[in-house]
Amino acid sequence: MNEEIKTLTISIYTENNIGLLNRISAIFQRRHINIESLTTSKSEIEGVNRFVVVVNITESQAKKIIGQFEKQIEVIRAYYHTDEETIYQESGMFKIKSDLLFEEPQIQNIIKESNARIVTVNKEFFVLEKSGRRQEIELLWRELNAFGIMQFVRSGRISVTKEPMKITEMLQAFNNQ
Amino acid sequence: MEAETMTKAKYLDQPSERITGCEAIVRSLIAEGVDILYGYPGGAIMPVYDELYKYRNEIHHVLTRHEQGAAHAAQGFARISGRVGVAMATSGPGATNLITGIADAQIDSTPLVCITGQVPSHLLGSDAFQETDIVGISTPVTKWNHQVTKASEIPEVLAKAFYIAKSGRPGPVLIDITKDAQFGELDFKYEKCTGVRSYIPVPKINTESVKAAAELINAAKKPMIVWGQGVILGEAEAELKAVIEKADIPAAWTIMGASALPTSHPLNIGMVGMHGNYAPNKLTNECDVLIAIGMRFDDRVTGDLSTYAKQAKVIHFEIDPAEINKNVYADVAVLGNSKDSLAQLLPLLNENSHDSWHQEFKDLYAIEFEKVIKNDIHPTKEGLTMGEVLNEINIQSEGNAAIVSDVGQHQMIACRYSKFNKTKSNITSGGLGTMGFALPAAIGAKMAAPNREVVAIIGDGGYQMNIQELGTIFQQKAAVKIVVLNNEFLGMVRQWQQLFFDKRYASTEMTNPNFVAIAEGYYIKARKVVKREELAEAVKEMIESKESYFLEVCVEKEDNVFPMIPSGASVSDVRLS
Repeated sequence: MNEEIKTLTISIYTENNIGLLNRISAIFQRRHINIESLTTSKSEIEGVNRFVVVVNITESQAKKIIGQFEKQIEVIRAYYHTDEETIYQESGMFKIKSDLLFEEPQIQNIIKESNARIVTVNKEFFVLEKSGRRQEIELLWRELNAFGIMQFVRSGRISVTKEPMKITEMLQAFNNQ
Repeated sequence: MEAETMTKAKYLDQPSERITGCEAIVRSLIAEGVDILYGYPGGAIMPVYDELYKYRNEIHHVLTRHEQGAAHAAQGFARISGRVGVAMATSGPGATNLITGIADAQIDSTPLVCITGQVPSHLLGSDAFQETDIVGISTPVTKWNHQVTKASEIPEVLAKAFYIAKSGRPGPVLIDITKDAQFGELDFKYEKCTGVRSYIPVPKINTESVKAAAELINAAKKPMIVWGQGVILGEAEAELKAVIEKADIPAAWTIMGASALPTSHPLNIGMVGMHGNYAPNKLTNECDVLIAIGMRFDDRVTGDLSTYAKQAKVIHFEIDPAEINKNVYADVAVLGNSKDSLAQLLPLLNENSHDSWHQEFKDLYAIEFEKVIKNDIHPTKEGLTMGEVLNEINIQSEGNAAIVSDVGQHQMIACRYSKFNKTKSNITSGGLGTMGFALPAAIGAKMAAPNREVVAIIGDGGYQMNIQELGTIFQQKAAVKIVVLNNEFLGMVRQWQQLFFDKRYASTEMTNPNFVAIAEGYYIKARKVVKREELAEAVKEMIESKESYFLEVCVEKEDNVFPMIPSGASVSDVRLS
């Protein structure tokens, strides 16, 4: 019975309505599921939003909460996927003192090797942006932290699935009814 | 398609009218066929009440004495009629007082539309007088909710509210309407909602799963049905009866499913669950195929899941996909409306007979009768029992009454011993277990079905939770019959204290007022019974009364309800004492 806890990415396609975030987060909260990350944005379909939520739960838990999401009136469809089934990324931003660029030549190597992008530079600080897997961003954080980071922020996961999600077809079917 | 276009064209030809938002609310309700609603006025909803005054000949507003009463009355209305119940309240406390009723309707799948007033939109978020985030508060307990801030949204949102409340697995919808939207103007045209693109109310039936279900049932030696409220909500009573008769399957019910099949039907084997009948509970763990129809394997039904029907193949007929495999794994799941899926199942079933299997139920019933039922309904001890009161009501009402029960011991007794001839006759708070439900729910039930006998069975605890609704009964002249089974205890909690807390009766004893005087204070005819000799005559007088009637019966103080599956125990461990 002891099922393995996995990192799962939940994708929820919804109507773009106020209050849905509340409904969705309540479903996690009620079951004591900690949200690792949550991103919401528009999707490939006009007027349809997509939530991407990363959680660590078992697949049977995932199946049950997918049912709960789909039960919400304004949720069009919900899915869960394992890491292997998705292509995913996060993005991190680092604000660092500009002096360090000259005082610590190693930083320039770190930037080059990490494939991080310099977003802006001014006299006081520069901003680095790094997209990739969590571990890559964490690694960069550790490397830069040795020199001092003024500010750091990391986005939630964004992900697309390898398999198609037939939302457009579903909505089409409704319109043709 | 042709007809569709025609209607649409016809609709577009209709001239729209310039009216206010508050008038649009009332006109939308009338367009949905609402003729009764329950509520309580206040600042933020006053414009709508002003319109209700104008339309008072078309729509009857019932002033309850508390908004919780309005919500429960709307539930009672919905449960007995199958129609959408409507409740209305003002912002802030008015709205929050509805919440218990809304939560109750959510867990018991009752179609409600609740309309609340809200402060003007420019004050939202400013902690204005009587402002509360009722959309936020009600989110986890509504099927859908929405805040309207513009008059022009009103007809469409209300049409959607009624559609969502009633379709598929029903539930409560709350629409919060700001005062400026009520005062604003719009071009009014009402078009009923027929679909919401992100919402599939009734999943399509998979004929392969119906076939698989039929094969399992046809091969079963010891099949057993447990049906729930899904049969009543899906109006599948006739289909259920046809299925069980053709395949000769013993059928048990959850309390929410009670009355879908007459109590007297030979294949009706009684109630499952914590205080259900001995045979269906025990034999849940003996059957080879368990057929669940429109029920959700609540923990009060299953007891310990790890020892629940493990030997059986489980077939689950269900409208809500989220219920499949939620608590009990279904070997075959048939999604869809119970009426349609049972209708598809019927021709695939073989005519069958399971005589020796029926005998097992009969044998266990005989044990339960000897150890429990006999003493409950024909007691020999001095004190009155709740069971004999129910028995007397059955006799006097000839099983035609709708029984509205509250929550606790009397509820279990009412569900166990009521004789039902007609469907939609057992109105009780099943999932939420809301004390205070019965009195206002009985008002709603009586007003929805004025020709039916409606008897509220309430404990002395729950009665005092919404006792103020006696005022509504009096004002509305609602001929509700109220029976208070008074044991001067919060009986069910006391029973648990006796069995599991070494008789430490913490805060369960009640020093009660003169209930008869209170009822009489509301000009309701009232009587108190303390002796067995008076009971039959008093119940007769109550049933014969054309007006509301209050009957207090002083019952044995420390009686317990059995059988009982202790919390967390297996259905096999159902106790008779």
